[in-house]
Amino acid sequence: MRTLRKDLRRNRHIYMMIAPVVMYFGLFYYLPIYGVQIAFKQYSIMEGIWNSPWIGFKHFSDFFGGYYFDRTLRNTLLISLYDIVFGFPAPIILALLLNEVGRKHFRNLVQTLTYMPHFISVVVVVGMMFDFLARGGIINQLTSSIGLGTVSYLQSPEWFRTLYVGSGIWQQIGWGSIIYIAAITGIDPTLYEAARVDGAGRWSQMLRITLPGIMPTIIILLILRLGNVMNVGYEKILLMYTPVVYETSDVISTYVYRKGILDGSFDYSSAVGLFNSVVNLVLLVCANSLSRRASGSSIW
Amino acid sequence: MNRKKSFGERAFDIANVSILTLLCFCTLYPILYIIFGSLSDSVLLVRHSGFLYKPVGFSWDAYSMVLKNPMIGIGYRNTLFILVVGTFINVALTSLGAYCLSRRNVLFTKPILMMIVFTMFFNGGLIPTFMVVKNLHMVDTLWSVIIPTAISAYNLIVMRTFFLSLPDSLEESAKMDGANEYTVLFRIVLPLSMPVVAVMILFYAVGHWNAFLNALIYLNDRDKFPLQLVLREILIQNSTDNMTTDTASLDAAAVAQSIKYSTIVIATVPILFIYPFLQRYFTKGVLIGAIKE
Repeated sequence: MRTLRKDLRRNRHIYMMIAPVVMYFGLFYYLPIYGVQIAFKQYSIMEGIWNSPWIGFKHFSDFFGGYYFDRTLRNTLLISLYDIVFGFPAPIILALLLNEVGRKHFRNLVQTLTYMPHFISVVVVVGMMFDFLARGGIINQLTSSIGLGTVSYLQSPEWFRTLYVGSGIWQQIGWGSIIYIAAITGIDPTLYEAARVDGAGRWSQMLRITLPGIMPTIIILLILRLGNVMNVGYEKILLMYTPVVYETSDVISTYVYRKGILDGSFDYSSAVGLFNSVVNLVLLVCANSLSRRASGSSIW
Repeated sequence: MNRKKSFGERAFDIANVSILTLLCFCTLYPILYIIFGSLSDSVLLVRHSGFLYKPVGFSWDAYSMVLKNPMIGIGYRNTLFILVVGTFINVALTSLGAYCLSRRNVLFTKPILMMIVFTMFFNGGLIPTFMVVKNLHMVDTLWSVIIPTAISAYNLIVMRTFFLSLPDSLEESAKMDGANEYTVLFRIVLPLSMPVVAVMILFYAVGHWNAFLNALIYLNDRDKFPLQLVLREILIQNSTDNMTTDTASLDAAAVAQSIKYSTIVIATVPILFIYPFLQRYFTKGVLIGAIKE
């Protein structure tokens, strides 16, 4: 008790300075966590969050038993899976290739150019994609000129995931490689000399020295990615999807947006959102402990 | 190293450079295509098929039509306000929090830090957050896209790590001379941390420039739309009608396409122009974040 009082007196300026920061996190992160109780309530605006009657897990069982559960869960997992399988390795491959470029100018040029799309807003990226892939757009002009015919990409459910993941790679491959390039510069150069003496070619140096050298970085980033499996970039999906392609594009977060913000059923959509967050947290904890056991790298 | 390269190595180099060149082409060409298209004559552009290597015909018409659209001006005005005020609040609060949490001998820093880190892994979700913002009567004001994202927990931790790496001795001697916490922060810690402050300004500012989701959720009044929401109407919901009214209907589709291209250029070129000069800082920012473990 005395140390507490002494601490408060000695550090009163510190506590005054940090008060707005604590207030911010309280207001915009912890108050919503408190408010998530409406997921278990029959919310009415008149009664408010606190006084609305409890109804237990009804919203959850409605969601699990409803038509949207299968579709949104499947799409969330599949889009994430494709993004991890194709999108996650892309920057690693780019970093490995860049490391093998001898000429510094060419290397800098590639880096400057590939970082650029990161700064283009997602609205513009989707707008560009819509234009290029439209029925009369450049992609269809090119395919039809070599006799492959045209495809209405934007109206085809089977193309949605490819477009989503592909545009993500286009936008983030360069930016994502920065961290791996930095990790590569940290590798002990004597390892390469030793390998060369042993007669290892460039290819095997890349696979046997560079890749293992950046493995800890890869694992940390992979854990973080796995811990975000349920948080697909729904900002981009909201821009890209139309009812024609809901079948393959509607994910849990977009469903929450439609139900909550557009239809105004706050209690039900909070329940769906809570399900998403909890699964996400569980996956993160699992991925982290799995990796700690397997490789010793973990994020906490 | 002057040793001769073997055939295998030369093949490796050629393949590598070709792949990277192709990647550069795929990155750059879509942007060039948009720029060429925006400067083309709209009717000739529609008749043209395949790659563009330069504008077909030449015309600034699309640009003058876009600039006459009042929504572009409104969007720019709102985005600039959000960017300037928002970034100021972001950097001020982030450095305040990072400074306090980097102090030693303060009893509550550990729990506060844990409270902040926890928000990176779990939150109440979209709807409960929306209800808080609504109850604060921020909906349909520009504050709704500034205040709820005032601090990024990740950036705060990056900045704290940087502050922790500064030598203690400077601060101790300043305190002995009677300096208080505010003096230490503003006169010693921040001036020594200009690189990280610059990185924070850039990250937050680019974030504000490109942000669209919160605006979509919180803003219904078109007078409050930031540039990205205006772009969404033009590029994705195809509402170019108010700009093409004085055009014959046959050409309307052609003009609409040119308008889209020039809108993209007007909204993207500022940031793409500034970026190569600041690239150094951006990459530095990513790396400062990476050493937090």
